[in-house]
Amino acid sequence: MDHKAPKFKESPSQTAGPYVHIGCTPNFSGIGKVWAEDLGARMKTGPVQGTEIEIRGIVYDGTGTPLRDAMVEIWQADAAGLFPSPGETRGDADPNFTGWGRAASHMDTGEFYFDTVKPGRVPFHDGRLQAPHISVWIVARGINVGLQTRIYFDDEEDANAEDPVLSALEHKVRLPTLIAKSQGKNSYRFNIRLQGEGETIFFDV
Amino acid sequence: MTKSPNPPGYMVRDRARHPKALTPSYKTSVVRSPERAMIAFPTSIGENTGPVFGHEMIGPNDNDLVINWAEPGQMALGPRIIVRGRVLDEHGNGVAGALLEFWQANAGGRYRHKKESYLAPLDPNFGGYGRTITDENGGYEFRTVQPGPYPWPNGMNDWRPAHIHFSLFGHAFAQRLITQMYFDGDPMIWQCPIVDTIDSKEAINSLVATLDMSQALPMDARVYTFDLVLRGQRQTFFENRWEGL
Ligand SMILES: [Fe+2]
Repeated sequence: MDHKAPKFKESPSQTAGPYVHIGCTPNFSGIGKVWAEDLGARMKTGPVQGTEIEIRGIVYDGTGTPLRDAMVEIWQADAAGLFPSPGETRGDADPNFTGWGRAASHMDTGEFYFDTVKPGRVPFHDGRLQAPHISVWIVARGINVGLQTRIYFDDEEDANAEDPVLSALEHKVRLPTLIAKSQGKNSYRFNIRLQGEGETIFFDV
Repeated sequence: MTKSPNPPGYMVRDRARHPKALTPSYKTSVVRSPERAMIAFPTSIGENTGPVFGHEMIGPNDNDLVINWAEPGQMALGPRIIVRGRVLDEHGNGVAGALLEFWQANAGGRYRHKKESYLAPLDPNFGGYGRTITDENGGYEFRTVQPGPYPWPNGMNDWRPAHIHFSLFGHAFAQRLITQMYFDGDPMIWQCPIVDTIDSKEAINSLVATLDMSQALPMDARVYTFDLVLRGQRQTFFENRWEGL
């Protein structure tokens, strides 16, 4: 086994800048001409298993101003807790669910939106079950390295209470920043605050 | 400790080689930088996996910015270049099947975007974006025109060096990365507040593509070589197991 330090180092990140939409969501930007649909625009390619949900949110800066130029990506398990990925060795995920979504913030309101399914529970690295959650990655002008966080759900109290990430948090007062709030039937709100009062918990994972 | 049936997780990101969140000379970072410490934990299956993109989704002109937005028979204006290289992991292994998306200003330094504030001319035959997927060795290439430098609202005379933006998907969401490629010999690299968010000169140099005239296409395009590195997996299969499992 190789015990040497890695020979190569990860390329350093640079901000996605104000024009990330040109490259990642050209059709959203109104300049689509090369491919028909933006990647990540649809997470469902047919009828899906489980509970279909929508998630809406706004990314706010330290002054409370919505970011109108952010791009948010999510990655999650299907309703049965399986990932549609070759790295998934526990079973076959829902063939009509991609698990991955990409949304640009609305250019006026700053709202992002995902049409997805409620994820099942998946194990932590040590085997303990995690609560249903969605991994989130946020880039924008002024963000030098993509920010990682997670969306948990306010109607999963029992699972949240035993989640290995949530239960290890020292400052429980910050925990609500990771919980999407139910807005009625199968609709959730998850706002992200980059800085200051109510700053979202970001992860180094 | 017992052997885990799961693939090993990813090595911790070396944050010292990445920019800090708060970099005041890049003014926009001041209100968009988290102030609290990030919470660290090991990757598990949700970070060790990621979406897969198949070669079949890539159109024949997706990686040719010279013609992929041009009117039939037309081409984008500017000095033609081919950018080629490999996507590697931190062990030096090629990452096959990685998705690269790229976007850039035109040869005059103008982006095709509603909120662009530099009124250099648009090129009617240039959209400024493309994508490709790496081959079995992690290799990739695309053809484009060399982007121009441009002024941007930060300091009154801040100009970006010529650059191409890159978005990368490897095999795991933990590897997700956006960065920028610069051009060897450009003096503006060393005056750029965004480049300057990276502390290490060696790390900055890893984002500078080198000219390789030996590969140039005669009477057509020069070639720039640019390798990218994504996070690597840990090489041990041992995992700490929670007591009682
Ligand atoms: Fe740029």
